[in-house]
Amino acid sequence: MIAAAVTALLSHWRRQPGQLATLILGLALATGLWSAVQAINAEARASYARAAAQLGGDAGPVLKARDGTLRLADYVALRRAGWQVSPVLEGRMRLGRETLRLVGVDGMSWPSMPGQGMTLAPADVLLPPGRLFANPETVARIGAEADLPPRIETTGLPDGVVLTDIGTAERLLNRPGALSRLLVLPDQPEGLPPLAEVAPALELTDRGRQSDAARLTDSFHLNLTAFGLLSFAVGLFIVHGTAGLAFEQRRAMFRTLRALGLPARTLTLLILTELLVLALLAGLLGLVLGYLVAAALLPDVAATLRGLYGAPVDGGLTLRPAWIASGLGMAVGGALLAGAQGVLRVARMPILSAPGLLAWSGASARARRLMALGGPALILGGLGALWLVGGLAGGFLLLGGLLLGAALLLPPLLGALLALGQTRARSVIAEWLLADLRAQLPGLSLALMALLLALATNIGVGTMVASFRLTFTGWLDQRLASELYVTTATDTEGAQLAAWLAPRADAVLPIRHAETDLAGAPARLYGIADHATYRDNWPLIDADAEVWDRVARGQGVLVNEQLARRAGLWPGAMLDLAPGWRLPVAGVYSDYGNPLGQAIVDLPALLRHNPDVPNRRFGIRIAPDRAAALAEAIRRQFDLPDDAIIEQSRLKAQSLAIFENTFVVTAALNVLTLGVAGFAILTSLLTLWTMRLPHVAPVWALGMTRRALARIEVLRSVVLAGLTALLALPLGLILAKVLLDVINVEAFGWRLPMFLFPLDWLRLFALALLAGALAAALPARRLRHLPPAALLRVFAHER
Amino acid sequence: MNARLLILLLWLPCAALAQGFAGLGTDAEGFAAPDPAYRLDFPKDHGPHPEFRIEWWYLTATLHGADGRDYGIQWTLFRSALAPYEGEGWSSPQLWMGHAGLTTPDRHFVAERRSRGGIGQAGVTGDPFRAWIDDWEMTGPPVGIDSLRLSARGREFSYNLTLNADGPLVLHGDAGYSVKSRDGHASHYYSQPAYAVAGTLDLPGGPVAVTGNGWLDREWSSQPLSATQSGWDWFSLTFDGGARMMGFRLRDSAGDYTAATWIAPDGAAEALPDGALTVEPLATSGVEGRDVPTRWRVRLPSKAVEVEIDALNPQAWMATSFPYWEGPVRITGSHSGKGYLEMTGY
Amino acid sequence: MLLDIDRVVKRYPGAERAVLDGVSLTLDAGETLALTGESGSGKSTLLHLAGALDTVDGGEIRLDGTAYSALDDAGRAAIRRGPVALVFQQFNLVPSLTVGQNLAFHARLGGRHDPEWVTQLAQRLGLDALLARYPETLSGGQQQRVAIGRAMALRPRLLLADEPTGNLDEATGDAVLTLMLDLVAETGAALLLVTHSERIAARLGRRVHLTSGALR
Repeated sequence: MIAAAVTALLSHWRRQPGQLATLILGLALATGLWSAVQAINAEARASYARAAAQLGGDAGPVLKARDGTLRLADYVALRRAGWQVSPVLEGRMRLGRETLRLVGVDGMSWPSMPGQGMTLAPADVLLPPGRLFANPETVARIGAEADLPPRIETTGLPDGVVLTDIGTAERLLNRPGALSRLLVLPDQPEGLPPLAEVAPALELTDRGRQSDAARLTDSFHLNLTAFGLLSFAVGLFIVHGTAGLAFEQRRAMFRTLRALGLPARTLTLLILTELLVLALLAGLLGLVLGYLVAAALLPDVAATLRGLYGAPVDGGLTLRPAWIASGLGMAVGGALLAGAQGVLRVARMPILSAPGLLAWSGASARARRLMALGGPALILGGLGALWLVGGLAGGFLLLGGLLLGAALLLPPLLGALLALGQTRARSVIAEWLLADLRAQLPGLSLALMALLLALATNIGVGTMVASFRLTFTGWLDQRLASELYVTTATDTEGAQLAAWLAPRADAVLPIRHAETDLAGAPARLYGIADHATYRDNWPLIDADAEVWDRVARGQGVLVNEQLARRAGLWPGAMLDLAPGWRLPVAGVYSDYGNPLGQAIVDLPALLRHNPDVPNRRFGIRIAPDRAAALAEAIRRQFDLPDDAIIEQSRLKAQSLAIFENTFVVTAALNVLTLGVAGFAILTSLLTLWTMRLPHVAPVWALGMTRRALARIEVLRSVVLAGLTALLALPLGLILAKVLLDVINVEAFGWRLPMFLFPLDWLRLFALALLAGALAAALPARRLRHLPPAALLRVFAHER
Repeated sequence: MNARLLILLLWLPCAALAQGFAGLGTDAEGFAAPDPAYRLDFPKDHGPHPEFRIEWWYLTATLHGADGRDYGIQWTLFRSALAPYEGEGWSSPQLWMGHAGLTTPDRHFVAERRSRGGIGQAGVTGDPFRAWIDDWEMTGPPVGIDSLRLSARGREFSYNLTLNADGPLVLHGDAGYSVKSRDGHASHYYSQPAYAVAGTLDLPGGPVAVTGNGWLDREWSSQPLSATQSGWDWFSLTFDGGARMMGFRLRDSAGDYTAATWIAPDGAAEALPDGALTVEPLATSGVEGRDVPTRWRVRLPSKAVEVEIDALNPQAWMATSFPYWEGPVRITGSHSGKGYLEMTGY
Repeated sequence: MLLDIDRVVKRYPGAERAVLDGVSLTLDAGETLALTGESGSGKSTLLHLAGALDTVDGGEIRLDGTAYSALDDAGRAAIRRGPVALVFQQFNLVPSLTVGQNLAFHARLGGRHDPEWVTQLAQRLGLDALLARYPETLSGGQQQRVAIGRAMALRPRLLLADEPTGNLDEATGDAVLTLMLDLVAETGAALLLVTHSERIAARLGRRVHLTSGALR
């Protein structure tokens, strides 16, 4: 009995291989995109974790100074009070060609050090010049820098990290007596005095330095996850459509099986089993797909993470059991979710009665009411979440609420629009078209929601990226005002260069900075010369009166937007730059693409407090037409390597390249999502196809040609897609606004102005219409060539 | 795992100790050598000697608790120099390590502290005397070391003791020049063996008031062991009659080297040459996977001493960066009393 | 002569023999004709051919002298919304339109909408109270009355009806048939009605019987 039923059920797929392929492909696509994102995230996180493990012990609780200035004396005071802590001084530093993370630790108290079987004299490591430990790739990237301490290769360190003794770090970073944080060791003696008593200016945090990389990149991964989830949701619409179609087409078979005595329970179980098997198949395929997509995208992601955040991520991908399990789980869960409606209908299907022609919309009025209520509720919930939860999570909850709420609102809104259109319709065909559209709405609404989400995301993310790009290029023009940027190998060479350039260039602007901690986080303190280049070009977003004069007099400090937002340092606030050095904030400037805090003071002021900051980078002002010749002359005179002299245009191009890189993945997922949404409409229309005939046949019989009906069929889909696109526009713009004003600020620390790109909307609108037309093309073609006998059967046969 | 290894290789203060105590016999290039002509100068010599490679302030005390039980404590500050000078801040080549032990008849507590020199986390001043690492301290009066306050703290224990000297400083060897091998390796070595101790031990079971005898050893050198020596057995014994004895055996593949100092009840010291003292293990205990002699026969015929030494707690293993055995002992035989035993290289 | 069916042949692909094999039949304006026959005798097919819903494989059909064979798809569609109206056994109505919209639909499609006439029809067919409802919510008899009203709203010259009362109980069916015959008589339309019921056939002016694709 069951074997016979199974054979009967499966025969459907033999006859409809295309449908089977669509079902599996849809689910595989959904699983694949989701899995790809998961794989990328897992790989990146594993890299961070590996890095953390390699650095050793740096994941435990950490003490930091509330005001950001942690001194050696604080460490000693804690030690003298009995607290077992270990000091770390860390900074980013240009070592050779790259800026690397220099981690200085006190080997005497540091819980674990890398290296295996190395026989090094302690004196070599602890006493000047010291030694730098790094993995072989990093050592190779540092190159042959004579100034630096000897490098020791060790495989125990993550790429991009240079470990050294804290004394060496202090010298290299030129931050005598400074500490970044204190690691609280696990083994503490009994009866310690409370921390608040010993070190009131310090605070205990649970996350070590390594999690800074995780924190910085959190937003990036959250973005990816959101996109992955969106792709998955959109993919499920396909599955829903196809599964619905398969159920609908087998309705007669189900009824026959039931009539032949197969219990409804057994039938439901059989169908569930079938769904599960298909889901597992599709899930496996999806995993393969996801793996390929992830492998293709990972190098870009790794480049982005490294370039933007300095977070080390390997370009290689490893298979993780958890990843496989989660992918299969999503596939099965998704299939059940998407097939639930069909299975339920089978379980409840009466043996005999024929369904109404509007059966799909069965409780559609009630469903519409629910949606009309649920949509605003979700949107309000999102707003509430932003208010209550706040932060990045709140921002994403708001986004989720907005998108889902708007999706739920779509069918009632479309219904209302169509009803309005119906009252205005003049021609009988238009009237029928609109009435027909309304009748079809429940069956298409899921696909349309998918389209809405895809379009709105496209508009939102597109607007965000384009606004960012526009702002960024404008900002680059301001920020990179010098025609040439030169880096010398040593301070001596730097001084020679400056002297040599003085009579040859319009101005030589030293670019000098000290690595420090500002407001409790690593930051760079720049010293600038008082020059019109800054006064005219620097991109200030908030400033006191006479901001430049105050900075030039050493009476004010400029901070970048990230630092201003994180620490609430707006003009008028006081900022501790170093012990005993406190200046009011005179202005805030935008500083995109930089995860770290930054501050600018007058160069003489910087030199008073940090006499030894390197003097190796210079911006050179010169008439643009003479820039190339001067660059060549410098190169000849100082025998500098090619990349030591960068013309403004090249630097801008490099910066833009990094920028574009950041959004490669976003763009790829954007396109994929839209494609999947188009596919969802197609499958929905195909599903509805079987139910179209009773709607179309009477109209045909009453004197319309099949050609006209086919045209209307396409028109119908285009109208729905167009209306959805129209509704997607405001939603997308709201999305963009939230991305720019909430997510960006939380994730990156900068607020961007929003620009509108109507041409992009037009393109997307056209794309939506095209998607609608393409999706309807196949059913329309079928209708056009349907033999009259097939249409006539509607009037004679029971379905 | 690899980290541990590297700590040992890279970071150990007294890195020489890390390579086994034989490491003390490595080359002392650039460091000052003990000078037999040097006359100890107090209070200056209570303080550190950065030009020497290694140095220690080593205090042990046998204690009797108000609860009727016997205890022992150890407080040691080691100094190890990477280079023969002191410097400011992290660039100081001086490294410090503290060891604290507390022995009861059935438990043995150990703690270790490490520090760089030059930053104030650890150090010693001679005048007034003050030795510290983290919150462990041994502080003297405005002048000299006749009275000390001593404290240390570990995960499950702490102690706070006051010590008052009941006799003069004792200079070992030739006026404090103590020879360690037949090749002439030597150290500067003096002691205050006659502290009366009182104070409190904090144990997991609660505080215990204690009294007893304390013994401070001060020693510095740059190369005290010869290359063939593999470890030592060191005894500080306080006999009931008031006499005291310090004696050690350096185990050497080329023949052991022994030395002893006899301290009369009035504090007068007499150095006894190589071979005057003989020590003989009578029984070993399994400690941390090794066989460590915890019963000894000690003979000093010239002073009619023939005693058996028994560990109060055979498991007094100092599980520190470089492990060794250190604990209180009971004395029976020709003399009775209490003392401390230290054994390295097992 | 309004309708001239001349030696018509119709085969369905795959079928062994022709459904209709040289059937000839004529119908004058205003005439009512019952077409009876066994199941599968081809009577519905003949009706569909007369309604320009399908094409013949042989022979010719003329309506008012217009030969169907000369018409393309659009021409045949024009016949269906012009001189000819149809009432089927079931699923006559456009499900997404209300009763009122259904009633006017065919006439509007044919460009011959006469709102007064539609209102009159609705009244006579007793559909006044149902105008805003959707076909799905109507009984079978009500649905057929809407179908008849919609067909008559076009003022066709020829009404083709395929078992219009086949799904109805006898009393309802009789009432629906009476309405239809009255309206046909009133508008001067000709009626070709397919039925298997002797009783119904007897109420029409003439009857022919179809057996195995040929007339008797």
